[in-house]
Amino acid sequence: MTGESSARAGRIGEVILAVEGVSLAFGGVKALSGVSFDVREHEVRAIIGPNGAGKSSMLNVINGVYHPQEGTIHYQGREYHDMDPHEVALSGIARTFQSLALFKGMSVLDNIMSGRNLKMRSNILLQAMRLGPALREEIEHREVVEGIIDFLEIQAYRKTQVGRLPYGLQKRVDLARALAMEPRILLLDEPMAGMNMEEKQDMCRFILDVNDQFGTTIVLIEHDMSVVMDISDRVVVLDYGKKIGDGSPDEVRANQAVVDAYLGVSH
Amino acid sequence: MFYRENGQFKSSYASDQQMLPILQDRLFMAGLLVIAFAAVPFFATDYLFLSLLIPFLILALAAIGLNLVVGYCGQISLGHAAFMAVGAYAAYNLVLRLPQLNFLVVLVLAGLIAAAVGLVFGIPSLRIKGLYLGVATLAAQFFMDWLFARVKWFTNYAHSGSVQTAPVEVFGWIVDTPVEKYLFLLVVLIVFTLIAKNLVRSHIGREWMAIRDMDVAAEVIGIRPVYAKLTAFAVSSFYVGVAGALWGFVHLGSWEPLAFSLTLSLNLLFMIIIGGMGSLLGSYFGAAFILMLPILLNQVPAMLGVPISTAMASHLEFMIFGALIVFFLIVEPHGLARLWAIGKEKLRLWPFPH
Repeated sequence: MTGESSARAGRIGEVILAVEGVSLAFGGVKALSGVSFDVREHEVRAIIGPNGAGKSSMLNVINGVYHPQEGTIHYQGREYHDMDPHEVALSGIARTFQSLALFKGMSVLDNIMSGRNLKMRSNILLQAMRLGPALREEIEHREVVEGIIDFLEIQAYRKTQVGRLPYGLQKRVDLARALAMEPRILLLDEPMAGMNMEEKQDMCRFILDVNDQFGTTIVLIEHDMSVVMDISDRVVVLDYGKKIGDGSPDEVRANQAVVDAYLGVSH
Repeated sequence: MFYRENGQFKSSYASDQQMLPILQDRLFMAGLLVIAFAAVPFFATDYLFLSLLIPFLILALAAIGLNLVVGYCGQISLGHAAFMAVGAYAAYNLVLRLPQLNFLVVLVLAGLIAAAVGLVFGIPSLRIKGLYLGVATLAAQFFMDWLFARVKWFTNYAHSGSVQTAPVEVFGWIVDTPVEKYLFLLVVLIVFTLIAKNLVRSHIGREWMAIRDMDVAAEVIGIRPVYAKLTAFAVSSFYVGVAGALWGFVHLGSWEPLAFSLTLSLNLLFMIIIGGMGSLLGSYFGAAFILMLPILLNQVPAMLGVPISTAMASHLEFMIFGALIVFFLIVEPHGLARLWAIGKEKLRLWPFPH
């Protein structure tokens, strides 16, 4: 156990994403106030907290879906006040969603292929004629996508319409679509919500495999404490939009403020 | 028993990605093409050509165009007849003012002009969705109705406001008789269908569908909504513009602005709703359904020998037409194309139940 965790610890590199003093409000409701944390290359970083703590808002800020009123984000040596979703995607940050956000009318294959769209270059006329370069491009990306399909073990469903798949598989397709972008950082918003034990174990295995094999940095939000404590290197704890804890799983577990937030305090 | 893909193995991605991966489908399509090109011209009457087949081919093209933006990209438009009008009047003016141009070039240019206009009227889609966008696209309809009725330059200062065209000529072939018109339109429709099919299965098509199904997720994987929505509007208007030019030149021959009124826009929308949103095949089914139903309804009382007045017949026609549309939507909200797909699924298993 110790040998394994030290081997994993050796993989962790420099800080690649740093969030500093981010505040986000919707009208009078403060979703985040002055949250700072950093993410190191190749690590598995968890964000936890009770419902409404601002975890998903935090991911949406990193993604550029929400624009914070205050604070900065350092990423790849540049400082941003807010991010633009297109640029974020181009710069190698991918994302899965809490409530499934798959393209329901499309097949599994097309959903994952759409994750490659940023890398596809042929213009609309070539696509209309499906001539040389457009066809070659389509096939090249199909090969990459098939690799991901094999990796996540969803070969049997590639031509199925996504809306018809069971929930656990849809979650896997969501992950596949994000992986198709070949991201440096993968943001996972509750990848195990609503799953049974077996599906959770599968998903944990996939997340760790992604981290090990592709070296992808992973930021995940999760409610299942056993999962978080098992797979993450460092944990941020949010409560009512404020950071109340940050550190290794053991440190966080020992942190009195965190215990209070989760269990409640007797007065 | 006969329709199944057993034993047809794909050994390359190219063969897996072809348009009709199943052999039986390819044979069926080949048979259909032989019938359309070789049999129909010999057996169909002029009445059938003029009242059914020719309008069907053009409206199917327009329905495909509308389906690209509404069915594939999820942006509703109630003003697509306006872009047909733009295509028709653009073609009219191009032929009038640059008579040396080949008609195929005129068609493409008319389509491009319609695409440019469609792009402008697609801009509201960047901010509003759903019914609100539908209302905004009505502006296109009313503006174009007004423009072509009031600005006389477009109709070459014709007193009545209606314009006449000479028969279409392509590389010395004068497309004049119903059979020739039919064959010309059939070729155009097939070419445009192939192009549409290629678009919707390439990455531009996936961008459109991604925006339709879940726009936030589409943005997060790097799809720019501005680009996806505006290309959808432009390509769609291009198709509809070409259809408009054909409607004017090949089907009508002479027309006035009313030919492209709101009624036509709504009819196009009915076609894709009944035929199937997001399905090219559905566009064909929808166009055929909307065109054939009134004709059939008209014939039925006469065939049954029931003597009713023409006024009564036309009232009944409207009522039954409306009722049938409602019926089909309740039975199969995803349109005739879905019924077709279900039929194919059943055929794969037949004669076994599972």
